[in-house]
Amino acid sequence: MPLVLNEDQQMLQDAAKSFCLQHAPVDVLRRLRDEDDPRGFDPDIWAQMIELGWTGMAVPESYGGFDFGYGGLGVVLEQTGRTLVSSPLIATVLLGATAISKLGTEAQKAELLPKIVAGELLLAFAVDELPVHKPTHIATTAVKQDSGYVLNGSKTFVLDAPVAEKILVVARTSGDTDDAAGRSLFMVEADQTGVNVTRTKMVDSRSCGKLTLEDVVVTEGSHLGAQEVSDASLNAILDIARVGLSAEMLGSALEAFERILEYLKQREQFGVLIGSFQALQHRAAIMYSELELCRSAVRGALSALDDQDKTDLDIARLASMTKAKLCETAELVSNEAVQMHGGIGMTDEFDIGFYLKRARVAQQFLGDVNFHRNRYASLCGF
Amino acid sequence: MVQDEIVWGGRNAEFKNPESKLWLERMAAKGWTCPTWPQEYGGGGLSKEESIVLNQELARINARPALTSFGISMLGPVLLQYGNHEQKAEHIPKIVRGEIRWCQGYSEPGSGSDLASLKTRAELEGDHYIINGSKVWTSYADKADWIFCLVRTDFEVPKHSGISFILFDMASDGVSTKPIQLISGSSPFCETFFDDVRVPASNLVGQLNDGWTIAKRLLQHERTMISGFGLAGSQGDRGGTTSTTASLEKAAMHYRGDDGQISDPVLRDRIAQFKIDSEVFALTSQRSVEESKQAQGPNATSSMLKYYGCELNKRRYELLLQAIGSQSLGWEGDGFSDDELQIAREWLRSKANSIEGGTAEVQLNIVAKRVLGLPDMLSLVSK
Repeated sequence: MPLVLNEDQQMLQDAAKSFCLQHAPVDVLRRLRDEDDPRGFDPDIWAQMIELGWTGMAVPESYGGFDFGYGGLGVVLEQTGRTLVSSPLIATVLLGATAISKLGTEAQKAELLPKIVAGELLLAFAVDELPVHKPTHIATTAVKQDSGYVLNGSKTFVLDAPVAEKILVVARTSGDTDDAAGRSLFMVEADQTGVNVTRTKMVDSRSCGKLTLEDVVVTEGSHLGAQEVSDASLNAILDIARVGLSAEMLGSALEAFERILEYLKQREQFGVLIGSFQALQHRAAIMYSELELCRSAVRGALSALDDQDKTDLDIARLASMTKAKLCETAELVSNEAVQMHGGIGMTDEFDIGFYLKRARVAQQFLGDVNFHRNRYASLCGF
Repeated sequence: MVQDEIVWGGRNAEFKNPESKLWLERMAAKGWTCPTWPQEYGGGGLSKEESIVLNQELARINARPALTSFGISMLGPVLLQYGNHEQKAEHIPKIVRGEIRWCQGYSEPGSGSDLASLKTRAELEGDHYIINGSKVWTSYADKADWIFCLVRTDFEVPKHSGISFILFDMASDGVSTKPIQLISGSSPFCETFFDDVRVPASNLVGQLNDGWTIAKRLLQHERTMISGFGLAGSQGDRGGTTSTTASLEKAAMHYRGDDGQISDPVLRDRIAQFKIDSEVFALTSQRSVEESKQAQGPNATSSMLKYYGCELNKRRYELLLQAIGSQSLGWEGDGFSDDELQIAREWLRSKANSIEGGTAEVQLNIVAKRVLGLPDMLSLVSK
């Protein structure tokens, strides 16, 4: 399980870093927010990201992708995290493409994956029904009828729901609301009868929404993989997304930390640089230590995702370990980022607040620290 | 590993059984007690990659370390870097074979965190230095054969510039030691006194008055060694693997388990948090090895690893106490298992982790200054 980047990944990182700094700085997110753009992303920047091949990073070559693995996608996500790039990368590529390539039938993969790589299809992934992540809690139903299914229910915290053309919906095809068995994934068209998306404006200014399904009729061909998903298979997708999201969180936390250091070396009070105060130095050194641990967790988990020898259980443990650690550290660093900047850190004009807001949404998405510590403990047998 | 099973070597080496003596001899013959050291001086001559393979194989057969010593973990690496050929030829092979047990003469009664303020003096008289002063917290000084010692050779210059690094025999006239009893009841540390000790001038390592450079380098090696204490948690081990208290979660399940999980949800959460940190810390140590493949030995991150590893080990023992409850607080006698009594002593001993080898606070100072480039404390803004 390599913990340092290989040469290709190093080059990818350099390219992604300079792209984000030059073309997608935090100003872009600020502009999207100020203009109240419901898409939540800039189409021109997204077009360049597609051009760079980021949509096909973890997609196999046979489906038009570049087979760079999740290690490659993680490297990109870490860099987009640095400048808080808001794009369809998480919903469409990390969650959507992963779900289709892991669970889809041959026909579904052949139809959809090349479109994702080409940037011709935007997706959303609808799993949560409660204000906290609990993927076993699925009350949305899909009832078999004629040559298809009828879906009813509601979803919340659906990233990119307002822009998605297709929405992947986790629905129950058998059993009771909290059963681990009996869940299926369906693809519904955003514009089809009975599908209703309400945009929800979140603190991080990314595109998000609530979804209701009212007697939505879908064909058999919309049933992803044409069968129910096991708990392990559904979690295999969520775990990949949790690790990818952790990579993004790492980038954001590292950037916030570097901005703190810069400020400590430049702000003067009491006639000295505030970075010379031991109270602040030790807190900075502790943050550095935690971030070094986060770096190792993300690298280790990303490598594991591309390692054929790892079992679902290995991945599950590493994913929960990584997301728990990143949630904890993202909270620490984003809070210290505001505190150490003092009054200016509280102003909207200054960028650091964007890091605090994004950190909290990313912490909640796909399971917070409590969810993942609990899951990790169970997976470790205590 | 259980304390009394460690093989420290030395003139009065003790072996728990004949097999551990044979194991040391066979490993030393191949130089594998110090696998990466040059063959010229008795080492194994292996590359870093090869030594990683060797360690993996040793771990696979569950082999005990053939030899543990401060010669291997601290003195050897700096002697190879700064010593002259005669010094290396004299001392390195004996370290490899475990013939001489070394101790570290660093801290003094008035010089703890402010180590560079040390006052033990060495004055040249002909071709010998005459050494006077005292050291404290000298680990196993009462059992050691030789000492590597920081002495002041110039009192007129700033404190860091007048220190030298010197080696001498603990059997020399004028050396005496006195064990210090710790809160854990054991006495691994000593006070060490030097009263007109005569040491050949040729035993001075590196340049006269440039000992601080060597001292700092040695401290990096020491920190790397101590940060290893934190690693035990990820392998789940305090010692053997069979006892019910071999790992924190195992102990918690034994004392507080109910229906397949730890019954107290708060304790369970804290143990999960600890175990996550331990596992990620182990990955970080491994990453630091991978990253230093090109570089020479440990770097500034050794301070971060030392800080974190020690805090983790202390956390492990506090959580063990909480998991085991009052049964973990026995001092001696009936009413407690050997394991429970042992944990109480280990818990007390763990408090020294963040003091020895540079306190947690000193490590954070080093990280702030050397890694993060933050300005010196109380430095005036220069415009």
